[in-house]
Amino acid sequence: MAESKNLTVQDALGQEAQARMLKRERRANNVWNKLKRNKTGMIGLVIIVVMILIALFASVISPYDPNEIHPLDAFMKPFSPGHIFGTDQFGRDLLSRIFYGARISLIVAVGGTIVGGVIGVLLGLIAGYMGGIVDAVIMRIMDGFLAFPFVLLSIILMTVLGEGLINVIIAIGIGNVPSFARVVRGEVHIVKNEEYCNACRVIGVSNARLLFGHILPNAISPIIVYATLNIAGAIISEAALSFLGLGIPAPTASWGSILREGKSSLTKAPFVATISGIFILITVLGFNLFGDGIRDVLDPKMKQ
Amino acid sequence: MLKTILRRILQSIPTLLIVITITFVLTRMIPGNPARTILGPQASAEDIAEMEIKLGLNKSKLEQYADYMIGILHGDFGTSYVYNRPVTGLIAERIPKTLIITLTSLAIAVAAGIGIGVLSALKQYSILDYIFMILALIGVSMPIFWLGLMLVNLFSVQLGWLPALGMGSMKKGIGDVISHMVLPCFCLATIPTATFARITRSSMLEVIHNDSIKALRARGIKESSVIWKHAFKNALPPIVTVLGLQLASAFTGAILTESIFSWPGMGTMIVSAIDNRDYMLIQGTVLFIAVVFVIVNLLVDVVYMLINPRVSYEAKGGN
Repeated sequence: MAESKNLTVQDALGQEAQARMLKRERRANNVWNKLKRNKTGMIGLVIIVVMILIALFASVISPYDPNEIHPLDAFMKPFSPGHIFGTDQFGRDLLSRIFYGARISLIVAVGGTIVGGVIGVLLGLIAGYMGGIVDAVIMRIMDGFLAFPFVLLSIILMTVLGEGLINVIIAIGIGNVPSFARVVRGEVHIVKNEEYCNACRVIGVSNARLLFGHILPNAISPIIVYATLNIAGAIISEAALSFLGLGIPAPTASWGSILREGKSSLTKAPFVATISGIFILITVLGFNLFGDGIRDVLDPKMKQ
Repeated sequence: MLKTILRRILQSIPTLLIVITITFVLTRMIPGNPARTILGPQASAEDIAEMEIKLGLNKSKLEQYADYMIGILHGDFGTSYVYNRPVTGLIAERIPKTLIITLTSLAIAVAAGIGIGVLSALKQYSILDYIFMILALIGVSMPIFWLGLMLVNLFSVQLGWLPALGMGSMKKGIGDVISHMVLPCFCLATIPTATFARITRSSMLEVIHNDSIKALRARGIKESSVIWKHAFKNALPPIVTVLGLQLASAFTGAILTESIFSWPGMGTMIVSAIDNRDYMLIQGTVLFIAVVFVIVNLLVDVVYMLINPRVSYEAKGGN
């Protein structure tokens, strides 16, 4: 039926007009063009890009060294000359610390998501594709990990691993594995019985090629959506761990560690905690908005 | 139906075993010798060896694991090194204090979140809807411990209206305890309220445009009855799922919230247990929370099956 409809369109408009129409349609369906029409998604993207630029160019745009101590200049209020965001209890420039903190916080959030994503996707692919006992064993273990509240699991992992940038990434990554595995497994279950997968099997395509060349690309949309939203959660997790004193060790600035210092000087300098928290909030908001945006674009079925 | 529920219950047994195992392995991997931690840095090697025997740390890891499993099956979660008391007793003492703030804040969140969500859905695309949804989005993006600090700063430090730390004392009357509860509960309720508002709105929107609802309106049934008796009832399943998730993650929130407000519940106990390398206490509380998590998930699934006819049909169809 679709064919006969196409024919009439072609007959009526001629080949050239039809080509133009198809082109226009393709342009409208292009992911980027669709995303451009999604206002909140674009706001999110702008926030993310700004934060990434801040992180990348922290050393260029920071007015001071983030760890330089000036005891005499401690607790200068925001908008003091030379210190727009004021200074903390050691007289360190808060603006510079926030800029450098963006670097650490984003590295941890993206790194944690990549670690969790890669392991989780692999496990999910294997579980979903193999099925049977392999699936049962992997997914029960994932259920076991999911039974731990995320913060609790990361706290224990951090106690085991000790402070440090790489360890925070690993702890947050491990905490993220089970949910990635779950998302991917569900997706593989849907995809693996599609006609083209059966066709691949019939012509003797290897399992690995089928998994990575055909199933994974067709299951990638929800993975991207989930990963984006996951970065938002990972930023908060990093902040939570550093806030509890289990994350990035002093004096390195991360948004969480600045917030922790802000807690101890809350009565004297409430702006330290306030400003670092606002940066966390805005960035998390950015990833949430962008994640919702690309969900609507890539996976309209999931649209809420 | 009953078969599906039974199968679901059986499914959670291996999960529980895995949870116990993961907890055991992770707590044994925490660096530092608990015997030395208890006795202090000046202790002699003999004293430490003696203490290790007393704690069972000289046995092989496998034996320790077996002892631990057998203990749990008998309801024995071990003894805290620091408090020198059974872990179950310590948990039993702390759990009501955590439950008070988690349940109160969840109750607030359910009422406020569902109210906001339904209102937003009914007035879709109105200014009210936009304001609520922007607030909800900010709510889910906010680090809860930051909100806690801001609340302490505003209401305790600046305005001096509310106490920031501790739980107060019943001796000073119930008002003292309640005034200590306001800030932690507000803090804990924020994220669930935002989540409930978002899910209720989207779930209601899906239902509200159904023909069945239009038909009810056409028959002249009272609007409030259409909304609450019919539309809301159909919008309920996803809300129940979220309720379960929130109930479980409320414990996570409690860990952070309690440590900000020095609320003497499970959260502060876990954090100090980790500081003290109190293996048994960490193991016990973590396990307890994880088990609660598994049970809550189980209950949510069962309730979900009961209120969602689609699931029970599928079950009947032999899945």
